[in-house]
Formats: sequence, C-alpha cells, structure tokens
Amino acid sequence: MNYFPDEVIEHVFDFVTSHKDRHSISLVCKSWFKIERYSRQNVFIGNCYAINPERLLRRFPCFKSLTLKGKPHFADFNLVPHGWGGFVQPWIEALARSRVGLEELRLKRMVVTDESLELLSRSFVNFKSLVLVSCEGFSTDGLASIASNCRHLQDLDLQENEIDDHRGQWLSCFPETYTSLVTLNFACLEGETNLVALERLVARSPNLRSLKLNRAVPLDALARLMACAPQIVDLGVGSYEDEQDSESCLKLQAAIRKCTSLRSLSGFLEAAPHCLSAFHPVCHNLTSLNLSYAAEIHGSHLIKLIEHCKKLQRIGDKGLEVVASTCKELQELRVFPTDLQGGGNTAVTEDGLVAISAGCPKLHSILYFCQQMTNAALITVAKNCPNFIRFRLCILEPHKPDHVTSQPLDEGFGAIVQACKNLKRLSVSGLLTDQVFLYIGMYATELEMLSIAFAGDTDKGMLYVLNGCKKMRKLEIRDSPFGDAALLADVNKYETMRSLWMSSCEVTLGGCKRLARKAPWLNVEIINENDNNRMEENGYEGRQKVDKLYLYRTVVGTRVDAPPFVWIL
Amino acid sequence: MISELEMEKAESELELGLGLSLGGGTAAKIGKPGGGGAWGERGRLLTAKDFPSVGSKRAADSASHAGASPPRSSQVVGWPPIGSHRMNSLAAKSAREEEGEAGKKKVKDDETKDVNKKVQVGFIKVNMDGVAIGRKVDLNAHSSYENLAQTLEDMFFRGNPGTIGLTGQFTKPLRLLDGSSEFVLTYEDKEGDWMLVGDVPWRMFITSVKRLRVMKTSEANGLAARHQESNERQRK
Repeated sequence: MNYFPDEVIEHVFDFVTSHKDRHSISLVCKSWFKIERYSRQNVFIGNCYAINPERLLRRFPCFKSLTLKGKPHFADFNLVPHGWGGFVQPWIEALARSRVGLEELRLKRMVVTDESLELLSRSFVNFKSLVLVSCEGFSTDGLASIASNCRHLQDLDLQENEIDDHRGQWLSCFPETYTSLVTLNFACLEGETNLVALERLVARSPNLRSLKLNRAVPLDALARLMACAPQIVDLGVGSYEDEQDSESCLKLQAAIRKCTSLRSLSGFLEAAPHCLSAFHPVCHNLTSLNLSYAAEIHGSHLIKLIEHCKKLQRIGDKGLEVVASTCKELQELRVFPTDLQGGGNTAVTEDGLVAISAGCPKLHSILYFCQQMTNAALITVAKNCPNFIRFRLCILEPHKPDHVTSQPLDEGFGAIVQACKNLKRLSVSGLLTDQVFLYIGMYATELEMLSIAFAGDTDKGMLYVLNGCKKMRKLEIRDSPFGDAALLADVNKYETMRSLWMSSCEVTLGGCKRLARKAPWLNVEIINENDNNRMEENGYEGRQKVDKLYLYRTVVGTRVDAPPFVWIL
Repeated sequence: MISELEMEKAESELELGLGLSLGGGTAAKIGKPGGGGAWGERGRLLTAKDFPSVGSKRAADSASHAGASPPRSSQVVGWPPIGSHRMNSLAAKSAREEEGEAGKKKVKDDETKDVNKKVQVGFIKVNMDGVAIGRKVDLNAHSSYENLAQTLEDMFFRGNPGTIGLTGQFTKPLRLLDGSSEFVLTYEDKEGDWMLVGDVPWRMFITSVKRLRVMKTSEANGLAARHQESNERQRK
C-alpha cells in the first residue's frame, strides 16, 4: 500500500465506514493514521465527557457527521437527577468557531437548548440532518430556528424527547421554497399542530420518505397527507380517533392503497382501532411494525392486523402467538407491558417467548417484559434461537424465581449465554445468584453491554463478569450486593470500558476514593441528590455507602460543568 | 421518619397507582389487606424524595420492615425499566380509560371513590411565566401543598449550575401558596379550567390536576375571587 498515492488510499478508506474498522486502520502506521484522520467523515463519541470538542477538532478536522451521547442509560428511568450534565452547547459553540462543515448531528440523552439549536441552524450552511433521541431542555422555538435557517435540511427526527411545546408555528417556519425534506418525525410533541402548514410542507416535499406524526393529527388530515405523499416508506400515525365519519375511513383507505412503498408503520398514539383495516392492503409489505405506543389497540384488531403482515422483520406489540405463526422473517421484537388495568387475558408469560423463539428463527433482538419465567423456557428459547445479539428480559417483579420450580433463573440465562455466541447485549432479571455471573463471565465472550438489577449474592458475581467479559463496554448495576472488593479488584479493566454505573449497591465512599486515586484517568462521580454536604462530614465517611456511582474513562480529566450534587473524586 | 413511612405504606395499600399488572390471576381487590400477590396491588412510582436519607435499596428494606413482602416492582424507584416517555403515555391512556369508565362504575364510599379515580399520571409539567423551558414534577412524591410548593421553589428559584433558563436566586422564600409574593401557583384541571392551587383537599387535587403553572400574581386576577373564598376553607 505504500506505493499508492494518498488519494488512492483515501479512496479505499472511503469504503470502510464502521467506526471500529476506521479505528483499526488508523493504528496501522503513521501515514495511514494521517490519511484516516483527514478523511474521517463520521465521528461517534459514546460519552461526551470522555473527550472535548477541541481535541475532537484537532484529530478530525474534516468530519461531516457527529454523534454524541450524554447521560448514562439509567437516566431513562429517572435515576439520574435533573441537571446532571450532558450539555451540547459547548460542542456546538466549538464547532461553529471552527471550519467544520457539519452536515449531521445525532444526539442521545443530551441537554439541548433553544440557543444551541439557533446557533446550530446559523452556523453550518450545508446542515442536513438533526436526530435527537431522549434529549431535553428545548422548545418548539428551537425547532422554528432549524426550520427557518437550514436551507438544505433533509432530516428532522425527534425521538422521545422532552420538548416544551409553545404551540407556536414552527412548521410554518419552513420557507415556501424549501422542498428537500426526507424525514420528519415529531411524534413526541404534545401540543397542537398547524395542520395546514403540515399539509403544505408535505405537498412540496417530493423526497419525503419518513413521516411520524403526533397526537394532534387526526384521521381526515392523515388521509390528505397520505394523498400528498404516496411515496412514503415509513409512517407514524398520530391520533386515530374512532370517527363516526366512515367517509374519512374510506378516503384514508384509498390513499393508503397508493402507498406501495410503505414498509414501516408505527404510532397510533390515540387509537380506536376500527379503521385499522384501512392499513390491511399494505400490511403484506411491512417489514417493521411498532405499536408500542398504541395502548388502545386490543387483541382481536391487533391479531387481524398482524395476520396480514407476512414480511414483518421488526415488531413491538402483544398477540405473540399470532406473531409467531405469521411473521417468519421477524428479526426484532419488543414486548412492553401495555395493560395498566390488568385485564385477565393479556398476561405475558414465558409461553409467549417460547412461541416466538419457535416460530421466528431469524429473531436476533428481543426486549421482553413479562410477569414470570422458567428455566425450562429459557433453555428452550436458547435452543431455538442461538442467533441472539440482544437479549433483554425484564421480569417485572424483582427477585422472582422460576415460578414452577422456585429455583433461581441462573440455569436459564446460563443456557442463553452459552448458546448465543454473538450476544452483545444482555439484561437479566428475576431471582439470580452469583452462579449466573459465573456463566456470563465464562460464555459471553462478545458481550458489550450488561444490565443487572436485584441480582447476585456476593462480590464474586461482579468479579466473574469483570474478569470474564473481555469485550465489556457498558456495565450498569442497581440494587445488587456488590461492593468495594469487586470494584477495586482490577482497576485497569475500566480503561477498556466506556462506563460503569452502580446504584444502591454496597460500594462505599472510601472504596470510591481509593479507586479514584488508583485510576486518575477515570472520572469517578458520586451522585447524591439528597444531602449535598453529608458525604463530607464526620469520620465515618469511609464506610458510608454511596447511593449512585458513575465512572467512565476520559482523556480530558474532570468535567467543569458538574452540578453541586455530583461529586467527582 | 419511620412512622411517616409506615403511614405512607398504609396509605399506598389502598391507592391505585401505576399498576403494571399484566393480567393473570393475581389482581387484588381494592381494600384487600396486606400484600397479596405482588402484582395485584398497585403501588406507586416513588422517587428519592420519598426517602430523603435512604437509597432505593434501603427503601425496600424499610418496606419489609413495615411488614410488606420483598420489594415489589411497583414500589421501587425507576423500576420496571421503562422509559419515562412511554410510562407517561401508558399512564395517560389509563387515565383516559378511567375517565371513560367513571360513569359506569357504581359509586362506592368516598375513600374508594377517590381511590378509583386516582390513576396517577406520574410526572406532570410545570411551567413558569418568563421561563422558556418547563420542568416536570412527580406529584406522588409529595404529600401536601407545602411540600409541592417547596419543591417548585427549589426548582425554579434556587438555580444550580447547569439548569437552563431558570431565574436567578431569590433571597426570601417564595410563599407561592398564600398570595403574598410576586407569583402564584395555578393548575389546569381535567376540564381545562385554570384554578388557584390550594382550594381543594390535596388528594382531590392530585387526581384532577393536569399541569401546573407558576403565574405572575398580576395576571391571576381572574382567579382572585376563588382565592378569597378558599381562605375560609381548610387546606390540607
């Protein structure tokens, strides 16, 4: 390769897109490092505090796309207090000052402000794509800036964000001359939508492929929108009221029939399902169905819908046996508890999981909430589906054993990790002893992310995992009896991981301090929202248990934006 | 502290909350004493504020101390691990169903009637005049108006680094409830009317509140009449 001019090598590198591979290339030699640096288009930063914008820009001066992740995963479940961190403002400011021609920004669990969005919209002429997932801190005013100023915007994708809806006219801020929209997802907005502006926008967007609406878009508006956008591939339905007006239904059905490219369906945020049949004509083409927010659709309608969906690859819903018998191509499944009223015939148990594993041989990713589980079921699932990459099982009641044998579920999960040689992500639940972690450490060689809650007996459990799982990147543990001995056994292990979260475990302040001393390249954060100063008082602090510990490797030292309730050791 | 916990525990046995029971035969009847099946009884999503000096693990211990079974999913912070967006969506759906069925249900005695209607929505939005971005507050982590007012005061007036768009620090306490300060606390109820907070008993309040607003007193004129009437009434 040394005989090729740089441009040729660069051209070859263009075909290498995965971050891991790009990283590998950069390590081959100085020359490749340099070429790779200047040609890197997409940068992924899994922890915004592991590095800072200045160093990013020094290394990669020419990137076009940046992905940033902020808060730890357990922030999704309200375990991280408001104000902890993850602010995008310094990043946007730094990028704006530099000459980076940013085209895409993807943020997850970060704090975004209207000011940030305004600055973003004004600073990058070719900005094309904004994807915000689980972010907060901004309002529809920020969206208005994006709409007004980003002439070349293609994607505005807002997934499960907390957005203050000022009921303004952000949709009408897209100029009349603006026609480049490809993706528009505002399902998480809670306020009213300017339907006229929306229709006009869709009508002048011939490239629109993905449209996800919020609650405020009713059935008749949906029909008109579909009529304007028959080329749609991915649709999120907003409000799907039970219209007495069957003419609306018919209009919708007619419009939907023309959407022959439709492959993915989601939403139904407020749905009475009688018009669900309007979608039956396109079901046979669907490869993705996400009804996880469609709490109002009950069994029989759902079953009818699914029966039409022979090509389904991704699905999130109930009615599992129908899924198992119909959806042979299914690859991803998410089953959430949707029935808050406890209706008797909607129990989700191990039977559903076994049925799915038997009926859907291509299944590789599953998130499954259920009431009960058995070792036998898990062993069967492992035999049926050795291809799992992601296996997340949540038995709703902590510490619940095998409901038939009353044994811990160690053997069941052990079977899963033993059979699924490519398992990258695992969440365990139910009654579990140290034994399950012995299995995980022994067999889960590819495991990158592990979520543990209410499990284990002694430090040995955590040690099995730390010693065994060589590829571990993110470990998150709550309410489990692991303490200082496990935490401190192999400090260098944390350099190979992105982060460790431990809450309501047995680690003490003294232990955390020792860790911080041994590993200055780690940020060891203690989050203590209840009594800011208590941790510093009295001489017993060494033995005081830490409520929430979050540690992560970093090359830029202690962060400067931590709130008072975060103590960085 | 312990007695407060025990009292709350006793109350929670009668409360309907975010019950993630998935059917099966374990649905407990309202008013049934003791824990019963873990799934029948609906507890509530607690937060750290319920147990100011203990973590969630120890909260579970306290619960067992008070005679309950080991930590139930519904009584533990941040469990089950469902994103708050989805939780709120499910709770809202539940609330809509409750409203729909309210007419069909027989009127039981007062306590259980309250209980029937109290499907908690978990976190509700709070906006303050002059502040661009709202916050969320967990009503069920509070036991009284004073409690709630204190939380809101902390949220909006004791700005800590990193909280965006909040006003600076105030030196004197806010007293949102007695009309003596620059701001009053108002709420939107299920019918869409805006009312002054503090008029009704706390329990009734949390079943009917949809969202909160910290309003400038000068703008709250239309609500003043109710406020004066409520001075006579007892507030919990």
